[in-house]
Amino acid sequence: MARVDVSPPAEEVVEDPTAATQAAMIEVPPAIVAQSLGDYLRAWTTRIRGGDSGILPVLLGLLIIAVVFEVISPGHVFLHADNLVNLFQQSAVFMVLGMAEVFVLLIGEIDLALGYEAAVGGVIAVQFVQPVTRAWPWWAAIIVALLSVAIIGAFWGVLVAYLRLPSFIVTLGGFLILNGMMLILLLLGPFSGYPSLLGEDSNVKTLYDLMWGNIDATASWIAMAVIVAALGGLVWFRDSSRRRSGLVAPPPSLTLIKVGMTAVIGVIVVAICDTNRGVGFVEIKGVPYVIPIVLGVCAAWTVLLEQTRFGRYMYALGGNAEAARRAGINLAQIRIWAFALCAFTGGIGGMLYASYLGGMSNNVNGGQLVLYAVAAAVIGGTSLFGGRGRVMHGVLGGLVIGGIYNGMYLQGLSVQWTFIVTGFVLLVAVTIDAVSRRGGLARA
Amino acid sequence: MIETTVEDDASAAVAEADAPLLMVRGVDKHFGAVQALTKVDLDLPAGHVTCLCGDNGAGKSVLTKTIAGIYQPDHGQILWEGRPVHIRNARDAARLGIETVYQDLALADNLDIVQNMFLGRERMRQGPFLDEDNMERAAKETLASLRVTTVRSIRQPAASLSGGQRQSVAVAKAVMWNSKLVMLDEPTAALGVVQTKMVLDLVRRLRDRGLAVMIISHNLNDVFEVADRIAVLYLGRMVAQKPASEFDRQSVVEYMTFGGPERGAARVREAAHGTR
Repeated sequence: MARVDVSPPAEEVVEDPTAATQAAMIEVPPAIVAQSLGDYLRAWTTRIRGGDSGILPVLLGLLIIAVVFEVISPGHVFLHADNLVNLFQQSAVFMVLGMAEVFVLLIGEIDLALGYEAAVGGVIAVQFVQPVTRAWPWWAAIIVALLSVAIIGAFWGVLVAYLRLPSFIVTLGGFLILNGMMLILLLLGPFSGYPSLLGEDSNVKTLYDLMWGNIDATASWIAMAVIVAALGGLVWFRDSSRRRSGLVAPPPSLTLIKVGMTAVIGVIVVAICDTNRGVGFVEIKGVPYVIPIVLGVCAAWTVLLEQTRFGRYMYALGGNAEAARRAGINLAQIRIWAFALCAFTGGIGGMLYASYLGGMSNNVNGGQLVLYAVAAAVIGGTSLFGGRGRVMHGVLGGLVIGGIYNGMYLQGLSVQWTFIVTGFVLLVAVTIDAVSRRGGLARA
Repeated sequence: MIETTVEDDASAAVAEADAPLLMVRGVDKHFGAVQALTKVDLDLPAGHVTCLCGDNGAGKSVLTKTIAGIYQPDHGQILWEGRPVHIRNARDAARLGIETVYQDLALADNLDIVQNMFLGRERMRQGPFLDEDNMERAAKETLASLRVTTVRSIRQPAASLSGGQRQSVAVAKAVMWNSKLVMLDEPTAALGVVQTKMVLDLVRRLRDRGLAVMIISHNLNDVFEVADRIAVLYLGRMVAQKPASEFDRQSVVEYMTFGGPERGAARVREAAHGTR
């Protein structure tokens, strides 16, 4: 633990009793105090032993899922390229909905209507592009769908923010209302409640390709290289400029490792997607559009939450609403925006869901979707108690749920076992959250 | 601007000490049938630590919150740098340079020191992005200038700070904004001996910078340790306000408990009325 502070006067050295120093050592994020890589690793292990494990449990969970299912799946197909792409496509909806739920969990609320917000968003988009009725361009349909659900979310937010109604009840009401609205919207037009995305119409096909379309191999490689280079350059430039001006920054070796890992992951993902996963004579290869869509949503919301004033206020509201109020933050406004953004992101998830199913029908189970969304966020490491969470948690948690789903399916086990296993994984995640929170309070 | 009406011992002593930065004159405040403050006068001169004492329910918090803009006085006025001001809310107070550190400190545990210190007044880069580097540098300078040096790293979350460190960060947060008056509500409650010393040292540093400091405290040890001036509230009336050297422990306790230096109900009422 190396950070030597500005020469404390003798009297003040005594002031910090060992116990307090110990407590501080445990809680400090490793990137803060470390000067060398060794220091960083030591600080990190101390912190994990102290109960603040960050995304480690979920990464461990993913590793276990990968190893176990690879070993037990018939023909060891779990880690085959085609299955991994398939897995990502299955997980995409959980990931996006998980990211959506992070917005409300972060401020200590919950959105139970999320599943049907997604469904309503999906139905609106699908209805508007139908060539025989509206025939809107795909982008206009998407904008209308996302704005509609964002306004619906903002409405729950108004009830929660101004009347201080519990979000659990408000969105439970919303759950039923939107379930009904979804059924009404489905029955519009001559589609017998099943507006489809199959067919050759270019607008319809664009929506269908959100999930099933692939980016050409060369373009994937170039795009990946550009993104990795830009991201790596940005991180490297930022860290080294902070180091130069004596601000808290990770050691150069760690920055390099981070950049290197990003590059390796980028190469692996594109390489996996570049293998032919078609059956017979049909060649299917390339990065599916859904990957950049999910990563783009994740990147945009991460920047919003971690680099802007609005994001800072979300964390402050979740951590200590009274402190936020005294700092002059308009809490009602933040709450409304949180619900609106949650629903908006849910709408993106609904779009992907519609694309995955190739249309919408009344057997969308919004209840199950929202439970998976909350589970994804919590499994990823977002706290149910507010103030702690990152957008990335939704992605990782969604991947865990998708992994279990996919692995159980390969196993030939029916859906009841998927439910049971996912349920237990969720219990483990909540336990980790509660235990680390209690540990944090005990030390505070 | 020595236009203080020199009528009694208390304000005479003040006029002698310094021209007060903030003057409270004849402030009344009631909540329903309860008269919380009656014709209260208070002077807070720059470069001095004024301790506000009083038993529970004496009106210390109401007076503090009136100055901080949370309550509006029913009668009377507040003069800031000699001019009458209306402090309608916390924002008005902050604009004048009045900052209050409440007992529960109002730090968000999940935010780090820099984030807490700039909460609500973040510095921005061009566009919608936070200027973290700028804020970190400024926070570091403020902490260093106040010699708050025991924190391990400025980027550690508030949850990991000790009680004294939390108090120090809360105070540093309050003085960051070129504030001229800092009011501290029970800053040493729930702190150990060493931590208390750390906070009182910090208070002295604020005074040496020329800030007016007001401390609400029950703890007479702390009061005599750090106060230049002592003001005692008793049942909503200001019963004494003089340099600390003119008090001893016994007399402060008597003012706090009986409203006057001698026991006896008649004296109490007389003393209370006598001080306006």
